[in-house]
Amino acid sequence: MTGRSETLPATSRKPRSQAWWNAVNAWLLLLPAAVLLAAFTHYPILATIRQSLYFTKRNGTEVFVGLDNYRAMAADPIFWKALINNFWFALGTIPTSIALALLMALWVNRNIRGRGFLRLAYFTPTVLPMIAVANIWLFFYTPDYGLLDQLRGLFGLAGWNWLGEPSTVMGCLIVMVIWKEAGFFMIFYLAALQQLSPDLDEAAAVEGASRWYTFRRITFPLLMPTTLFVAINAVINSFKLVDHLVIMTKGGPSNASTLLLYYIYEVAFTFQDAVYAATLTVVLLVLLSTLALLKFGYLDRRIHYQ
Amino acid sequence: MSAIRLDHITKSWGTARAVDDVSLTAEEGSLLVLLGPSGCGKSTTLRLIAGLEQPDEGTVTIGGADVTHLTPAQRQISMVFQSYALFPHLSVAENIIFGLRVRRVSRGERDERLKRVADIVGLGHLLDRKPSQLSGGQRQRVALGRAIIAEAKVCLMDEPLSNLDAKLRHEMRTEIRALQQRLGMTMVYVTHDQTEAMTMADRVVLMKDGRIEQNGTPEQLYNRPETAFTARFIGTPPMNLIIEGGRQIGIRPEDIRVVSQDGRAARVKATEHLGADSIVLCEIDGQPVAVRQNGFSKTAPGDTILLGWDSIHEHQFDKTSGRRLDTAAGGVSQTVSG
Repeated sequence: MTGRSETLPATSRKPRSQAWWNAVNAWLLLLPAAVLLAAFTHYPILATIRQSLYFTKRNGTEVFVGLDNYRAMAADPIFWKALINNFWFALGTIPTSIALALLMALWVNRNIRGRGFLRLAYFTPTVLPMIAVANIWLFFYTPDYGLLDQLRGLFGLAGWNWLGEPSTVMGCLIVMVIWKEAGFFMIFYLAALQQLSPDLDEAAAVEGASRWYTFRRITFPLLMPTTLFVAINAVINSFKLVDHLVIMTKGGPSNASTLLLYYIYEVAFTFQDAVYAATLTVVLLVLLSTLALLKFGYLDRRIHYQ
Repeated sequence: MSAIRLDHITKSWGTARAVDDVSLTAEEGSLLVLLGPSGCGKSTTLRLIAGLEQPDEGTVTIGGADVTHLTPAQRQISMVFQSYALFPHLSVAENIIFGLRVRRVSRGERDERLKRVADIVGLGHLLDRKPSQLSGGQRQRVALGRAIIAEAKVCLMDEPLSNLDAKLRHEMRTEIRALQQRLGMTMVYVTHDQTEAMTMADRVVLMKDGRIEQNGTPEQLYNRPETAFTARFIGTPPMNLIIEGGRQIGIRPEDIRVVSQDGRAARVKATEHLGADSIVLCEIDGQPVAVRQNGFSKTAPGDTILLGWDSIHEHQFDKTSGRRLDTAAGGVSQTVSG
């Protein structure tokens, strides 16, 4: 008995210290990622929210002002303009680029001649640097001697300042972004399509299903995880667009092409108003996290994952 | 009218002939098994019958009508795939009635037929499940249910049991055969498992390298193999082939006896005890020979035993072509000089 009671602590200490050592190990392994996330994602978010609730005086001292910044934002017509622009921009780009991506993927997934070349062609816009892309499209849209106006000239139509007119500038941006994104999204659809067993198509064919019926009831539902993933990316991209605007329109004319992130960029770095930029950023964060919650909380449960 | 006939069917992939001049007939209401090692063209033959592939030459006839250029749906067949090809996002019920929905069968009839089929394949309590929530055997039943609900007279099966464990395979074998006879379907069944072929088939077509090696009843293939390949493919353990004095002779393991004198000397390498019988693996002049003995064999590795058999059980094959040399029916051997 006595011998047993002496050895017991020794044997039970070993697993306990091992569990402790495991925990330390786990935390050490997580540390690099955790530090990076905390330093460059979590802390900036919290700092931004805090900053949006304060006002910075000229001498550098900060005064708590509550929701004053948000009231000022609600009264800012350019903010509303940017938000509404962004809404139309998202509506114009997301469904079309996804539908186009799916169509192209279905097209190049089949056994056709020049399939490799087609796939490459569709993917090219994604690998081009965005500055170069913006400049190419700037040439297309240039009044009078740009590609579009030269085509119009063939039909005897007068030149049109595509990017200089509030009525056409948003449409021009939407077309360019669809061109750029559809090929990128196509790759995801193509990968998903190649995961699907050809047996399913054949089983449906034996049962007499038409190709459209098979697509509607089999292929498309099985592609839903990809569609969701692509849709989330498309939404994020539609709120993330800055570079093209800097090169092509600078948000003009008269804010007709100002999007939310571009407005934040302007407020922060052109007008040097960090507090107001922080307030606008909080709006963007709320928008994007709502979408993320919607995805994880609702859509994921309704989609079949294999 | 649902007999299936293939006339001189050929299908090539590039330069490789997957199916090479194959002709066969599956009588109405019978079960024909396409048997052979992997890559022998049996699955391609089935897909040609289904209309999932187009033959380069030859015609496919179902029920007297030339269907060579019809789509799978127009041929009015049902098919069970090796992978089962269940739609993973649809419930068991939706999987089974998929074809009925396509053909816009009324709701009442759909429900009625679903109930009947679910009873036949024993899935009544699982209709709301998704395929991922089912065991391998249950998935197999869903695939079966989907095939029979169409009430097509022709049912094609592509290695339907190869993903199941041995016990379940045995069960399903019996069930599929019973179902085929009860519903009077003409069935073409692809497998590489000779046991399935022997136990289920009315007629077995053994294929090799895209050609038909032998077409006959299970009994004919077993008792009168036309080639050495058939002899080796059918039976467990397969027929022993021994080169003896310039002749290639084949003897089934159960036709060999251990004798006390006047036999060929053989050296025992190993003994497999199966319960009801034992397989003694030995060598005659360095050539492996399996002997089936009733009960628990007491031979030990290293023993030398004497083996004998009746000449009536000898099958003779040409040494180079592998063709059977005698022509008499019933396995009675005629002595061929050579």
